[in-house]
Amino acid sequence: MIILLDTLLVTLILTGFLLLGSSRLGASIRISALQGIMTGLLPLALEHGDLFSYVSLLGVAVIGLKGYVFPRLLFSALRESDTSREVQPFVGYMASLFFGILFLMGSFWLDTRLNLPVHSSSDLLVPVAFSLMSCGLFLIVARRTAMSQVIGYLVLENGIYCFGLAVVSGMPLLLELGVLMDIFVAVFVMGIAIYHINREFDHIDADRLSALKG
Amino acid sequence: MEMNTLSILNLLAGLILAPLLPGIINRTKAVFAGRHGQPVLQTYFDIFKLLRKGAVYSRTTSWVFRLSPVIGLAAVIAAMTLLPALSAPAPVSFAGDLILFAYCFGLLRFFLVAAALDTGSAFEGMGASREVQFSALAEPALLLGLAALARATGSLSLTGIFSASAGPSAGPALALVSAALFIVFLAENARIPVDDPNTHLELTMIHEVMVLDYSGPDFAIILYTSSLKMWALGALLVNVLFSFLPLHGPAAVACVAGSMILLSVLVGIVESIMARLSLLKVPQLLAGAVAISVLALTLVLRFTS
Repeated sequence: MIILLDTLLVTLILTGFLLLGSSRLGASIRISALQGIMTGLLPLALEHGDLFSYVSLLGVAVIGLKGYVFPRLLFSALRESDTSREVQPFVGYMASLFFGILFLMGSFWLDTRLNLPVHSSSDLLVPVAFSLMSCGLFLIVARRTAMSQVIGYLVLENGIYCFGLAVVSGMPLLLELGVLMDIFVAVFVMGIAIYHINREFDHIDADRLSALKG
Repeated sequence: MEMNTLSILNLLAGLILAPLLPGIINRTKAVFAGRHGQPVLQTYFDIFKLLRKGAVYSRTTSWVFRLSPVIGLAAVIAAMTLLPALSAPAPVSFAGDLILFAYCFGLLRFFLVAAALDTGSAFEGMGASREVQFSALAEPALLLGLAALARATGSLSLTGIFSASAGPSAGPALALVSAALFIVFLAENARIPVDDPNTHLELTMIHEVMVLDYSGPDFAIILYTSSLKMWALGALLVNVLFSFLPLHGPAAVACVAGSMILLSVLVGIVESIMARLSLLKVPQLLAGAVAISVLALTLVLRFTS
């Protein structure tokens, strides 16, 4: 069980690196969907005993939302916006990967400093959560299109979810479903926002919105 | 005494079978393309044909040009003497020999590049510049991967690393190191997706362009050196992949040699189904390999602390 869990966590970090290095929006959406499925599988790999039915229900909900619904929404937004399929970074791909490595080492260092009351069987869960959170924040800051910012937000949320899994024992189901609902609404609203930005300005470049005059 | 014969046997297997690898790669590619292809032993034929011919030297070249094939061959053979076959020890081993292993290839590359610059051809200079640029990125990936292995097994020599078992908790780290080493293997041996060995005289090539001025026995040595280099780096990868197998004695040597053949079939498949990456994307791929190695090292540090 522990080897399955560790493999899942390592794959999560690798998908984070892939997102930092990929130059196509379509590929980014697919990788973030894969990452969502991985995070959905995480609670199933953790040992929970009598809570297993709740946990598997939550896992299925997460996989359905992050692996199917969100990619569908993002792809349809991408199709309708009909703009460049490039990611258009502020920070280059090589430099982004370098930052990803720094975040990874930083998260492992932070984890040794914090001494969190961790309930998980794997001591990788917390550093992976920190590294995903910082990757997500970096993607939001360092990419130009609104689409990449949505993807960065999803990665950030995956990190928070991992952190919750590590720290909270027994998984309050209602709370997690509430969080899922929040992201669902957020992605929905962002999809509409992307559509409107695109219809008004013929692009989804969020950076150029700052040059608007009232 | 028995272990000594085994290590010599391992070294000899490498020295004799290495030119088979390019032949197997070409045959795999031919089968994928529906052709019959050249004989599997073609590299041997090429080497023997070239050894019978005379060498032609350009008047602009100096002693560096004539010296570099020999030094390259010596460096690669030195690296191969450090390489064990799973639990069968290498002929030479001491603490820290993994760094010597990595920098034997550095010496080979330095003299190849120096000889390419020595010819004064702009074309070869361009290839030399690319070779140095890409290997500067491949080298950290190789060294960090070796560092992760050394930390996981608590040994600083290649023989010690592959005779100790790392324990099941190092499984993900070993898989990551293998992935990084596979990318380094493709980059260092100038295979697709980094370089296409079939594109002679094109502006995108890297390795082949540096040896254009060699002829006769010198070129035979270069061909032999590059197949030995492929064997050495491939055997390192195979050792990492199968380090959990409890094989001893001749079975270990046979396992490494057999896996080398499988590895070259795999390289042939990769070359058949992938296109060469554009030159600007190659550093990204190699930086990815570095990131994978760093991740492996971080995991190992976490598990052994």
